[in-house]
Amino acid sequence: MNFPILSIITFLPFVAAAIMLMIPAERKTEVRGVALATASIDLMLSGWLYLQYLLGDMTGYQFIETYKWLPALGISLKFGVDGMSAPLVLLTGIVMFTGVLISWGDFNEAKHLSAGIQDRPREFFAFLFLLAGGVFGVFVSLDLFMLFFFYEIAVFPMYLLIAIWGWVKTREYAAMKLTLYLFIGSVIALVGALVMYWTQYQNTGVLSFDMIQMESAGFSAAFQYAWFLPVFFGFAVLGGIWPFHNWSPDGHVAAPTAVSMFHAGVLMKLGAFAALRVGVMLLPEGAKQWAWLVMAFAGIAVVYGAFIAFVQTDMKYMIGFSSVSHMGLVVLGVSTLNHDGLVGAGVQMFSHGVMTALFFAITGMIYDRAHTRMIPELGGIAKVMPYATIGFIIGGLVSMGMPGFSGFVAEFPIFMGVWGRQWMVAVVASISIVITAAYIMINIRKVFFSPMPEKLLEHHIGDITILDKVAITTLCFFMIVIGMFPAVMVPMVEKGVENILRLLGGA
Amino acid sequence: MFTPVMFASILPEILIIALAVILLVVEPFWKEDQRRNAGWLTAGGLFISMIVSLLFGQPGEPISVFGDMIRFDWLGFFFKMLFMFAAAVTALLLMDHEKAGRRGEAYIMLLASVLGMNLMAVSADLIMLYLAIETASIPLYILAGFLLVDDRSTEAGFKYLLFGTLASTVLLYGFSLIFGFAGTTNLYQLSEKLAGGDLSPMLSFVLVALVLVGLGFKVSLVPFHFWAPDVYEGSPTPVAGFLSTASKAAGFAVIVRFFFVAFPEFAPSWTLVLAALSAITMTVGNLLAISQTNIKRLLAYSSIAHAGYALIGVVAFSQLGATGVVFYLAAYIVTNLLAFGVIMAFSRVTGLDNLEDYAGMSRRNPWLALMMLAAFLSLAGMPPFGGFVAKVFVFAAGVQANYTWLVVVGILNSIIGVYYYLNAMKFVYLYRMPHEDEGKHPIPLTRPYAIALVVLTFAVILVGTLFAPWFTWSDAAALNLF
Repeated sequence: MNFPILSIITFLPFVAAAIMLMIPAERKTEVRGVALATASIDLMLSGWLYLQYLLGDMTGYQFIETYKWLPALGISLKFGVDGMSAPLVLLTGIVMFTGVLISWGDFNEAKHLSAGIQDRPREFFAFLFLLAGGVFGVFVSLDLFMLFFFYEIAVFPMYLLIAIWGWVKTREYAAMKLTLYLFIGSVIALVGALVMYWTQYQNTGVLSFDMIQMESAGFSAAFQYAWFLPVFFGFAVLGGIWPFHNWSPDGHVAAPTAVSMFHAGVLMKLGAFAALRVGVMLLPEGAKQWAWLVMAFAGIAVVYGAFIAFVQTDMKYMIGFSSVSHMGLVVLGVSTLNHDGLVGAGVQMFSHGVMTALFFAITGMIYDRAHTRMIPELGGIAKVMPYATIGFIIGGLVSMGMPGFSGFVAEFPIFMGVWGRQWMVAVVASISIVITAAYIMINIRKVFFSPMPEKLLEHHIGDITILDKVAITTLCFFMIVIGMFPAVMVPMVEKGVENILRLLGGA
Repeated sequence: MFTPVMFASILPEILIIALAVILLVVEPFWKEDQRRNAGWLTAGGLFISMIVSLLFGQPGEPISVFGDMIRFDWLGFFFKMLFMFAAAVTALLLMDHEKAGRRGEAYIMLLASVLGMNLMAVSADLIMLYLAIETASIPLYILAGFLLVDDRSTEAGFKYLLFGTLASTVLLYGFSLIFGFAGTTNLYQLSEKLAGGDLSPMLSFVLVALVLVGLGFKVSLVPFHFWAPDVYEGSPTPVAGFLSTASKAAGFAVIVRFFFVAFPEFAPSWTLVLAALSAITMTVGNLLAISQTNIKRLLAYSSIAHAGYALIGVVAFSQLGATGVVFYLAAYIVTNLLAFGVIMAFSRVTGLDNLEDYAGMSRRNPWLALMMLAAFLSLAGMPPFGGFVAKVFVFAAGVQANYTWLVVVGILNSIIGVYYYLNAMKFVYLYRMPHEDEGKHPIPLTRPYAIALVVLTFAVILVGTLFAPWFTWSDAAALNLF
């Protein structure tokens, strides 16, 4: 038995959540300490996992752990990562770590400053870690039942996190909307999964939820045509696919900063990843049949999301819709079903996760100090928060797909792949690059470099804390490294893609 | 004549009667302020009875004893353990009930009712079955109306009595018709007798319908559910919890045994009827729950809806379906007892049960709020709590039996469920008390509550995560039906 690294990564947050709940509520520092320690350990473990996979030149599923959970129904706790999921595990580790850092916060009554989480941090971190554990679980599960199990665990803490600590104006509405959307999507996919399970039993006589086993379940083409749509779109709801994206900007806006980071950075990847792993990989014929539809929806999401983001005046809404646009690129890459598109989608998931987490983190920092997120009311932030400004600019360059940053490494192959399938979609989707550049640059000019409005001067905005700087540095580090040295990620994702292409019949 | 197996088959019941007798004898000697200890005695006694039964009373091969009156198998045994567990918890929750906790009669009624439920789970004969149902019901009528000075409680007791006797009468009529056509009252001989005779489809439908009315009342299927919200609202909260869990599960124990054993020949017709009832029950229960402002009524409608989910397993009419029902009930019993326990703990201090009174509860007692969260999320079918796996199992059975439409209805309903359960949690976690002074209004838990609620919380999480042992036992129970 090897070192059970995946179980430790997955279950550590749950254990930490339980420990935090045991700590008396008024000992806030201890709670935060436990949270930070856990997040650091998880980040280190997931980084170590990533490096092992990369440097060990591994292929296929690795670090596999199998525990029989319910043999009577073929349910087992089977964990393993491949080139597709290892970067996402690392991403979750990064977002978890930085999310805890910026939630630590800073409280100063004299300056009217209440950054981070000051109200009931114990419950906040416990719920956040339940969410994180669920996310890790989905990325590493190779068993369909367990995938659903963790998927649902990742959904419900979201409601509480948004409803309790969210933005007062919209939190109740947004939290319920988000939860219902995601729950509807997942249970529809669940029906599909149960049908797949029994059909496999009829075809092969094997009673198992093991996804590797299911790849050879021999689903008929008609079956795949029928069930691909509910399964794929059921999961893709969480990926923010148009026209089921509506929950996502509202959710981003209402959520507290760390939850927005988790939400846009990791949870949306959860949807895209599960749609890929269950929808495309288990029902490849269905994927080929319906790729045009997925591509059309994703193409609309890319352009539409960018346009809507352009007209927003609330920074969080802007980033929220830009997430819809960028996640559209991920799904667009998946829909090509070819090598380039899928590799791009894999890298884009990581790149967008880090980038959007950075955006939300900085927006949160600005809001905590300026008490507004409205772009017209802001200005001159660069003078008081120089470090955050640099971070935001780097994020902006990634978002625009500038060479030298991870966004380019991700988006270029996606457009290559789309061009190979359907050049018209590539042309239309590329409009989004221009729009994105426009709204990002306008935003940077207004918020960071225009003179500070009178009203803001009264707030005596101070600089961000050292913890915030560590968070920004961590996030920027990954975007630049991948942009400069694509070899640290691309070959790995390619190995995951090879497996998908094998299932698709070398198409 | 009296063999060791016969002794083992009624070991739990012997112990319950012994406990009731001890209670009857001891309780009058206690002073007023000691009477509360009857709760410890009942809970402890039931707990010991469970352990003794598990050690010495485990069934082997299914066997009919006492002149084929009682079936001694895992199905009955598993349900007996569930009922006794529920009763033990209910006794703990009753202890600190202001008006009922110090009255020995309450505990004796509880024990009498469990006795009847235990026999319901093992009855292999229509006459035995009817007697068991009445034994279980009559003490519950009394318990529901236990608070004589409270008009709502009296109303609850009386309403429950009227509905209950009506349902029993219909059931009894059904039984007598069955006896008339089949010439036997034994469940295990019924199927061949009924299959051999040429019973017209219409007539078989009438028989099934009559039985369904009686049992549908027990498990509160729509349209036999009208009593549930009023009775739950009016009766003492622990009694409502007991009604919604053990009493319902007992009804299901009978439904499962009755339909699977006695009516397999007519399966195509009654599965369709039950499927329709299941769909209607889920939908009506959930839709009506949305607009409730009283938490006990909300749980009443939710428990109606849960009867609909559990029924999917019966509709599937398969090994997995039966396992699913048993597992579902096990998960549901611990979950709903936890929900009612939290409500009891809250209303004991505050005397309130409206949803808006729960505002700020998470600041008044964070632990109680977390336990309520566990209960409500489990009811909503979220992992890692018991409700999730339970739902997946019955849904899986439904899909296997090609009742995919019913599963889709179930899934749409669980979405409605998520809405109103989370909505209730919104009061607990999000809203504040009018003056935002939660610190001055703590909700202390007395020891019996702390014990009962912690045990239940762990049970809800254990059923939802390490589900293999529970599943294996449910499976062993279900196996006895085929």
